[in-house]
Amino acid sequence: MDLFLETFFSWQIISEAWPILWQGLQATLMLSVLVVPLGVAGGIILATLSTVRNPWVKWPLRAWVDTFRALPPLVLLVFIFAGLPFIGLDVGAWGAVAIGFFLNTGAYYGEILRAGIESVPRGQIEAARSTGLTRGQTMAHVVLPQAVRNVLPDLISNTLEVVKLTSIASVVALPELLFQARQAQSVTYNATPIMAAAVAYFILLWPLVRLLSRLENRQLAGRR
Amino acid sequence: MTGWERFTDSFFNARVMAQYLPKIVEGFFLTVELAALIIVAGLALGLLLALVRAFGIRPLNWLIIFLVDLFRALPPLVIIVLLFFGLPNAGVELSGFVASWLALTLVLMAFSEEIFWAGITSVPKGQWEAARSTGLGFVQTLGWVVLPQALRITIPPLTNRTIAITKGTALASVVAVPDILGAANAGVSFSFNPSPLTLGAIAYLVLFFPVVVLGRWIETRFAWKR
Amino acid sequence: MTGSGRAPIVEARAIHKHFGHLHVLKGVDLAVAEKELVFLIGPSGSGKSTLLRCLNRLEDPSSGSVVVDGIDMLDPRTDINKARQRIGMVFQSFNLYPHMTALGNVALALRKVQGMGRAEAEAKARAALDRVHLADRADHYPLQLSGGQQQRVAIARAIALEPRVMLFDEPTSALDPELVGGVLAVMRELREDGMTMVVVSHEMGFAKAAADRVVFMSDGAIIEEGIPSEIFTNPSHERTRAFISQIERH
Repeated sequence: MDLFLETFFSWQIISEAWPILWQGLQATLMLSVLVVPLGVAGGIILATLSTVRNPWVKWPLRAWVDTFRALPPLVLLVFIFAGLPFIGLDVGAWGAVAIGFFLNTGAYYGEILRAGIESVPRGQIEAARSTGLTRGQTMAHVVLPQAVRNVLPDLISNTLEVVKLTSIASVVALPELLFQARQAQSVTYNATPIMAAAVAYFILLWPLVRLLSRLENRQLAGRR
Repeated sequence: MTGWERFTDSFFNARVMAQYLPKIVEGFFLTVELAALIIVAGLALGLLLALVRAFGIRPLNWLIIFLVDLFRALPPLVIIVLLFFGLPNAGVELSGFVASWLALTLVLMAFSEEIFWAGITSVPKGQWEAARSTGLGFVQTLGWVVLPQALRITIPPLTNRTIAITKGTALASVVAVPDILGAANAGVSFSFNPSPLTLGAIAYLVLFFPVVVLGRWIETRFAWKR
Repeated sequence: MTGSGRAPIVEARAIHKHFGHLHVLKGVDLAVAEKELVFLIGPSGSGKSTLLRCLNRLEDPSSGSVVVDGIDMLDPRTDINKARQRIGMVFQSFNLYPHMTALGNVALALRKVQGMGRAEAEAKARAALDRVHLADRADHYPLQLSGGQQQRVAIARAIALEPRVMLFDEPTSALDPELVGGVLAVMRELREDGMTMVVVSHEMGFAKAAADRVVFMSDGAIIEEGIPSEIFTNPSHERTRAFISQIERH
């Protein structure tokens, strides 16, 4: 037991590693603030395009979305970070993460928002258009607000996944929380920094998990 | 070299591809094996926890809820790293494969427990009462009446979640497992050409694209509203 | 074609509409004079709602022409959104925006289409709600209102834009019987204020009391039209007679 505590919960190690971990935590938060809006923006673009009925738009769009849902995000990230420099496109770690998340999480947000848009009754669009609102205005003021509300649990759930997913940026040596924890561990030969990172993630995301579990239970119960 | 030639030479280099194709194929089967083991163990554990939770034993339920929340909140890569790089500091060595399997199994367990549980609670109380009034016991009611109804509505979210978590097998490459991505990475560093990554991406698409399309189909087929 | 000698404000000519293999409108002509109230009746599937929706181009006619208030609605150069503000529409299912208050529902187009500031738009929206006697419900959300109240808010949403013509697509069909009266009363007041109206509805009592002209449609074509007393008591076509006796039995 002592060995266990010593290895995973050493106060001495925590205080030593804290500055490194703190930098990592800040980078993780910054990453999240960067990639969540990027993904949402990508999702809104895809979802808006998905309302076009033209088969020349519809099928390529679906292939695009399914491709980026099928590719593991880490594969995409490594491809951009380690593959593209071979043809002279070196976008760096932050750039690779931004592009990869835009493509990957954009596809997920896009699917969720599409489902939301489809859940808004046609009459809503007709009413809005009958008062002279343009297609874009109808989307922005009438359809999207309702769509977002209808799929709010899914949007929150996806956002939780995106924040968790920022940990893969450690693979391309972006100094976020997990990467910093690994650094600290390799210096101290002690697992406490990784444990501390795990605890930090848990404290950060637990409220979101609680909220979600309530929303999801209600949703599943309500939809029968 | 023109830009196009440089592009094809980098990403579609036939010689490099031919050389590393066998490794990628091996990685492919390793990924499939890892994924299958995760799905079997993760779903079984998730269902088990949900069933235990149905008995309503307070302290046990708190423990289950905590476990579920924990593995929903932690990034899978953090768990893998903790198991693979952390445990040795305490004298426990896990192989990369086992560490990845265990981590993703725990994650799938947590997510599927939540979905199974939501399915069980969504079955109306009247179903319980009707079954119990005919003399069925608690376990019989759960097994013959409630669970069949619950499972039906859990299929779409369960499918999508399982696909998402199974894609996490690529994380195993971080702990030196020669799965698809691991083999591709190794290929790139030996050949100094990114074509193995292209092969890897194609392998993942071959594996997951049909699954994603299947998931889409299941979602419409088993739509919530009957 | 119009009931009076006045120049028509709505003029639809030779409207055809196909949905795939279905031929729902087979060359319909309809002209409506200013301040006229025209009632469209007919069995379900007769094309009356489709005709109504062609007038503000919620449906694109397959062929024909639609001119409203001097604007060619089918001309691709026409700014359809501008044109639609002159044509208010009220739907069977109200279609209020559930995420906005009654006031927000009415004010949205005023702000976004007519470009009014918030204060101006809200003042105008309140005035419109007052006309449908719901000024005190301005801050309620649609779900907090009865069906009849929702439909009156929908009317306010349309009249706030000061349309030249109002289209009503079965405005009372989704309402409980006791809520119908309030909506019809508002429609009657609009009529007294001189609004031009085209109404698809089965409210025969209202048609008899308020309509200038009743148009009977069946199977995608206009069978006959005339003043209410004529159509209801002495229709000249067998199909009209059958339809009216069926309606009146209820």
